Amino acid sequence: MSVPIVDALISIVGSNAVLTRAEDVVPYSFDGTATLNERPSAVVFPQTTEQVVRCIQLAGAHNTPIVTRGSGTGLSGGSVPTPGCVVLCLTQMDAILAVDPRNLTLRAQPGVITQRIDDAAARHGLFYPPDPGSLRISTIGGNVAENSGGLRGLKYGVTRDYVMGLEVVLADGRITRLGNACVKDVAGYSLKDLFIGSEGTLGVITEVLLKLVPRPAARRTMLALYDRIEDAAETVSAIIAARIIPCTLEFLDRVTAGCVEDYARVGLPTDCAAVLLMETDGHPAAVAAEASQMKSIARAHGARDFRTARDDAEALQLAGARRNAFAALARRRPTTILEDVTVPRSELASMVTFIAETAAAHDLQIGTFGHMGDGNLHPTFLTDERNQDEMHRVHRALDAIVKMTLELGGTITGEHGVGLGKKPWLRQQMGDASFALMKQVKQTLDPNRLLNPGKIFD
Amino acid sequence: MSPDLSLQTLDYSVLQQCMHCGMCLPTCPTFDATKRERNSPRGRIALMRAIADGKLDMTVEFADEMSYCLGCLACQSACPAGVNYSLLFETARSDIERRHLHTGTSRAFWRWLTLDVLFTSPRMLRIAGRLMRVYQRSGLEAFVRRLRLTRLLPAKLRRLEPQAPRMARAFSNQLIAPHEAPRGEARYKVALLTGCIQDLVFPDINRDTADVLLANACAVDTPATQPCCGSIHVHNGLLDRARAQARQLIDLIPPDRYDAIISNAGGCGSHLRQYGHLLESDPQYRDVARVWDAKLRDVHEWLIKIASRAPGAMPFDRAISLTYHDSCHLVHSQKVSAQPRALLRQLPGVTVRELTESTWCCGAAGVYAVTQPDQAEALLRRKVGHINATGAGLLATANPGCHLQIARGLRDAGIATTVVHPISLLASAYRREGLGKADPLDKLVQ
Repeated sequence: MSVPIVDALISIVGSNAVLTRAEDVVPYSFDGTATLNERPSAVVFPQTTEQVVRCIQLAGAHNTPIVTRGSGTGLSGGSVPTPGCVVLCLTQMDAILAVDPRNLTLRAQPGVITQRIDDAAARHGLFYPPDPGSLRISTIGGNVAENSGGLRGLKYGVTRDYVMGLEVVLADGRITRLGNACVKDVAGYSLKDLFIGSEGTLGVITEVLLKLVPRPAARRTMLALYDRIEDAAETVSAIIAARIIPCTLEFLDRVTAGCVEDYARVGLPTDCAAVLLMETDGHPAAVAAEASQMKSIARAHGARDFRTARDDAEALQLAGARRNAFAALARRRPTTILEDVTVPRSELASMVTFIAETAAAHDLQIGTFGHMGDGNLHPTFLTDERNQDEMHRVHRALDAIVKMTLELGGTITGEHGVGLGKKPWLRQQMGDASFALMKQVKQTLDPNRLLNPGKIFD
Repeated sequence: MSPDLSLQTLDYSVLQQCMHCGMCLPTCPTFDATKRERNSPRGRIALMRAIADGKLDMTVEFADEMSYCLGCLACQSACPAGVNYSLLFETARSDIERRHLHTGTSRAFWRWLTLDVLFTSPRMLRIAGRLMRVYQRSGLEAFVRRLRLTRLLPAKLRRLEPQAPRMARAFSNQLIAPHEAPRGEARYKVALLTGCIQDLVFPDINRDTADVLLANACAVDTPATQPCCGSIHVHNGLLDRARAQARQLIDLIPPDRYDAIISNAGGCGSHLRQYGHLLESDPQYRDVARVWDAKLRDVHEWLIKIASRAPGAMPFDRAISLTYHDSCHLVHSQKVSAQPRALLRQLPGVTVRELTESTWCCGAAGVYAVTQPDQAEALLRRKVGHINATGAGLLATANPGCHLQIARGLRDAGIATTVVHPISLLASAYRREGLGKADPLDKLVQ
């Protein structure tokens, strides 16, 4: 890295907000994705939108790529540095600017931790539903850039459904404000939607305006245990067919439940083939009715055991344990490779079976968990990156799973993004014309490939 | 643990276990202070892995970073992947020591005095304790302070001088006989470890521990002179010295003769139950060290395991409220947190109030207050603030380092809350059963 750009960065944000020493920047070489890392040239912590603008202009002038980062919890390598880049870390822009209970909105800087958004909403009796597994660590800016999902996606949708407006700094340094606090707005293209899930490749999000909803008055969390995975899948289909949309319908297979129990000690059985974690929320009467209906459906579809959380503390414990499922799977083997394939809900049972067969066929260990209610599965390879033969089999199995996903009308990623990890299969899913259109958008907004180059596509 | 423990020779899968999900970040006190990744568990592990991979040199910067880490192991409790941070931390510190990255004559002198002399020979430590006691109680200390002679000390020591713990009037061996039998039939035979700081500063806690064990049908052996467990050596990267200490202690207290070996200090206990690992490459001691680990019990854990008898009397002559601070190494390393609370809740006339961030480090962390005084003070202020907010008259905690640190913090802040070991409360309650007699502890809440 040439010294002039470092000196210029320091003149913009101050010497305390620029890191260049190896010991300082090595810990910014990765996100939450296994096997991917690259040491950045520098890490810079802007405090204001104005500083973001000047950093981007400076990087443009020096032709140095910028990788925007929040807490680095991404699961597709989206914020893994590219060679020679400057990491633009927005964690210090972490103010909640306003909660507006009359318009049901919350305005925040991108570095606010997701959990704090919902905590702030809760103080007004309001609710910010998107709850990615890392919500205690992840930043809201990162959530918007990745269009993160979560456990409540089935009933409440994903991050995109709660973004009303954005302030975005473009690659040429222009500040744009997209969207507003209006519930209805059809003025021109919905450009904010272009930036949601753009993985830092089109602009830098410097402010978000979020939609809030009334906080549900009641909540009930339940566990159903099965000896056959198919029965769990059938239960999910039957619940949805009964016109119930629970807040959460989470699935854990035997391997995952065992790892989660090792860590969290919440009393998950480790001898059953599938665990369903279900949650319903809303009006107390509706919650009571839905919970009892879900219980009978689970029983009717072969649930071996059914438990209801005694209180909020136990409910939180169960949901918390599920949120750690991915990391808990790392207990088994040195390397944990997480996938994010999603299929239409009707195809779920066949997908789960196919994954199990693929694991056996390639002599691999796979733990599967996921959001069964919305068809989003997380088959996770428990492997060792140092074992080349095994890694080769992992890649072959992955190819097979992706192929089947696409045949079933699914997507290669439901909520983690493409980043570096899913790049090889994007064109296959999108088809040539859509793929070219996407590249055209990138070319228009970032012609010099300044922003997170090499992510989503080359 | 191989004798020449280093990041490059360490089983690589221990490093790989960290998949950098970041779940540790909100629980790390140093990351909370700076919000910099290098000051976080996953950041430190990334640096260690880069060193193991040969992509980063082991530098003074890295040594400083490992010195900034409290070693509180809160990350280990938070880690879903089960990373053995404790092993990584000790390996890194041992590596750093071997390379002499931190130098300076005064550092070398103090390390020599504490690690090679005082905490190696229990007799030397007690002699030093007696000298200190004479200095503190003869009026000499008051004289020195009045004349402000402490100005002559180097800045670091001057700052620490008022923090020097008060030596007790008598040490454990003067309070506890080598063999004590319970009044009725003995159902268990246990050995009691008296510790180093606990022995010099809180020997009453050791006496109380013996009394509580006796009250629960345990015959108690307490060797008069016990070597340091070696915990302080491991944390300062001196593994060979730590192994020597461990062998001495095992020789003194052969584990197969006891139902349990009891520790009442969170920090010591955490290290004491890892002798099997420490001595795994020592063919002569490997097996006995494993037996030792299986017998080693924190006193609260042991009492719950044997279903100890709930005291029939209040620890004081009136009802009190108290709160409990988890010693880091008791909760995060030994995973003992429910047991002390359960014992405290059994006490008649005691209301237990939960402490906000009870598992967050108080800043004592071994010699951290000496090496990182600013961060240690910040953590102490935070802890004292939470304790004050409970309005409790007593703070119970089970580690001498936390005990001294928090007591000083409360005193400096002018807060009347008294620090006490949970076992002292139990001992007081047992002593008052049917006696109606005031216990010396009564003075604490008057």
